[in-house]
Amino acid sequence: MIILSINGRRFELDIEPETPMLWVLRDEIGFTGTKFGCGAGLCGACTIHVDGAAVRSCQLAAGDAAGKAIVTIEGLGAERLHAVQRAWIEHDVPQCGYCQSGQIMAAASLIAGKPDPTDADIDAEMTNICRCGTYPRIRAAVRRAAELART
Amino acid sequence: MDALLTRRRFVVAGVSAAGGLAISVASPALAGAITKAPWGDDAPRGQRDEVNAFVAVEADNRVVIRVAKSEMGQGVMTSLAMIVAEELECRLDDVQVEYASPHRNLIDGAPYGRMGTGGSSSVRRSREALQQAGASARARLIAAAARRWDIAPAACVARDGAVWREPSAQKFSYGELAAEAATIALDAEPAIKTPDRFKLIGTAVKRFDTPVKVTGEAQFGIDTRLPGMVYAAVAQCPVFGGKLAGYDESAIRGRRGFLAVVPVEGGVAVVADRFWRAREALAALPIRWDFGAAATADSETFRAEYKAALRGPMVNAVARGDGAGRFAGAARVVEAVYEAPHLAHAPMEPLNATAHWRPDRIDVWMGTQFPEDAIQLAASVGGVDPKNVYLHNAFLGGGFGRRAVNDELRQAVQISRALGKPVKLIWTREEDIQHDRYRPQAAIAMRAALGADGLPTALDFKTAVGSITRSLGWGKVENGVEPSAVEGLANVPYKVEALNVDVRLKNTHVPVMFWRSVGSSQNAFAVESFIDELAHAAGKDAYAFRRALLADRSDFLNVLDTLAKKGEWGRRMPAGSAQGIAIHESFGTIVGEIVEVTVRAGGEVKVDRVVACVDCGHVVNPLHVAMQIESGVMYGLTAALFGQITIRDGRVEQSNFHDYEIARMADAPAIETHLALSGGGKWGGIGEPGTPPIAPAIANAVFAATGKRIRSLPLKNTSLGA
Repeated sequence: MIILSINGRRFELDIEPETPMLWVLRDEIGFTGTKFGCGAGLCGACTIHVDGAAVRSCQLAAGDAAGKAIVTIEGLGAERLHAVQRAWIEHDVPQCGYCQSGQIMAAASLIAGKPDPTDADIDAEMTNICRCGTYPRIRAAVRRAAELART
Repeated sequence: MDALLTRRRFVVAGVSAAGGLAISVASPALAGAITKAPWGDDAPRGQRDEVNAFVAVEADNRVVIRVAKSEMGQGVMTSLAMIVAEELECRLDDVQVEYASPHRNLIDGAPYGRMGTGGSSSVRRSREALQQAGASARARLIAAAARRWDIAPAACVARDGAVWREPSAQKFSYGELAAEAATIALDAEPAIKTPDRFKLIGTAVKRFDTPVKVTGEAQFGIDTRLPGMVYAAVAQCPVFGGKLAGYDESAIRGRRGFLAVVPVEGGVAVVADRFWRAREALAALPIRWDFGAAATADSETFRAEYKAALRGPMVNAVARGDGAGRFAGAARVVEAVYEAPHLAHAPMEPLNATAHWRPDRIDVWMGTQFPEDAIQLAASVGGVDPKNVYLHNAFLGGGFGRRAVNDELRQAVQISRALGKPVKLIWTREEDIQHDRYRPQAAIAMRAALGADGLPTALDFKTAVGSITRSLGWGKVENGVEPSAVEGLANVPYKVEALNVDVRLKNTHVPVMFWRSVGSSQNAFAVESFIDELAHAAGKDAYAFRRALLADRSDFLNVLDTLAKKGEWGRRMPAGSAQGIAIHESFGTIVGEIVEVTVRAGGEVKVDRVVACVDCGHVVNPLHVAMQIESGVMYGLTAALFGQITIRDGRVEQSNFHDYEIARMADAPAIETHLALSGGGKWGGIGEPGTPPIAPAIANAVFAATGKRIRSLPLKNTSLGA
């Protein structure tokens, strides 16, 4: 049995400890907001928070996630939309939308650590792939989210 | 449920807060306008309070508008609904959008026309029908109200989701009238609005699908979960055209969750109770392939063959004017050969399909650009009448042409039929990169006869490229000229006395297909780079040179002049930086782009800024236009800088995003979009036309910065270091 804390809920799962968290979330629990994009830690579509840090969940074994506080897109704005989600709406970021859960989780982690991120910070930490090319809007929305979070 | 309601309230608050900040007019209708699962009701006509196939009005006044195109990021679920709402005179607050049912289209006389999404055609090809559907619904709602009041319809006014008896304040809401309106036959269909009367079309309404796409709720095909569903991972023969020769199931039989090995089209699938277990078992399954005849093919050989084909027999596509005479009398002849590689689409959502086969019915959940073709394919593979196939189209996690055929569905139906269970099949990214249907490789020879003034008098283009029609098995190509192979060449806008375009369609074992902007994706690179070469040969400014050749194209000139102004053409650039320009018409839309690049000391190219100017005739939603130009630019920028699929030993060498590189945030330029609309009867597409100009604009800027002419993509293959 592996015991996980996800979005403040406790899950006891009979799974192989090496199962990537991506598939635990999607297939065992049904939190499908976390997306499969590459399975190799290259694209970031599966980004979640582990003890507050952005982590690519396809590279995190369930066994290593035990005892840690995991937050997914479903948990990020459950009570009230997160500043990043509100900024994403203001700046009309999503197109196909598939990568956006991961982008939003990465952005939330970025502004938590750097309340006033520079362009260089955004370039360095927002490394998730978007095939629709929403990067210019993501950049503007990250700035706006930081502003919303500060006020 | 409480959380959901809370969330919706905040979405609304977020939107109104945004009104003054974003470029958009605040759209009132965000929250709940699209539910997380976009597929619509398959019920046949008359089952709901529908006024016609596109419009149903619920008793609570919600106006359900059905969109018969696939939402893959281009915004059709908003823009097409706006077109209906323009005529319907309903409030956007009340609008709920869902997909039209492809099942109903099949059994009910095709009320939605053709439902395929591609060729940047959704607005162009369905605008009039959608306006008519909205106008017709409005006229019947008015007729129903007039009947109740026993007055002439002309004395009634439709506004804000109700019919009013003016000048009194009496009204009937659409919800009250819908059932009756549905029974009314009009003597004549009402005329649709001309563009000068549009109130909603042309405004920047925010997308209806944004709220469900920032919460992770939006349902993509890959998110499908069904009771009793099992999962499949597939391995396809590494060499295209090869066959499965055998496998040793005993090696994986005892694994946890393992259910079955099922041979499928192109390869073999492992089925398990979870996808991860299926994928791990597949990796452990010994598979033998018969690679077939193509196992020695490679890209360098293809490259040589395509270039050699340029010197061999060709089929003529355009022969205008006395080319031979112009070349014979030319003051100077300029020649260059351009090359473009195979490209993968790589949508962010890997291909997947969930199929539930039963002897008398098939249900499918997936994201497809062509749901009607998907129904026919599932029916044929599953041995079920197409009328008993139900296709629940989801949001598409990117399309770009890849979801135009349904390779993944064929396999999913095969597996579900073999096991008698609902199956979700997912391709890994490696399967996606290595088993795409690629943008064709091409070699394009350009030749120009220049007069004494340096302007061309004759152009001669020859292209050797794979045929998409043949590759898809859609039959032979009429006269050996495939329109997409010569798009951008045959319709080159520059005025010359003679134009000749020849084509040689030449396929290899590598499957090819439509890739965002199709033939224009490689042909614009050749034409717009070559024009730049001619300008330099003439010692003329690249913008002024184009202007001189476009003197009788006021639409092109308008775009070009606006572009030069907005893009500050000719401004002083720092050392190592330069501007480049390109303009191209595709899918009925002219797009010009000016880029500013910096070539760093190591030779790395950074695109700093892109200014685009667009003439798509009319605009449904300027926000969508800007977003699609940004998207088209980034898609083409990735290809120009990094994109190439190469073949060795018959198979694709790249496998994931480490070696099929995609532009990321740090590579992204600032992008501005401006409009220079010619209006009139022109309605151009917008999903693709932003892509073709970016590669030549970048290459031209790199030439301006370094003096090195890029004639083969991607740029990363050319050493630009000092």
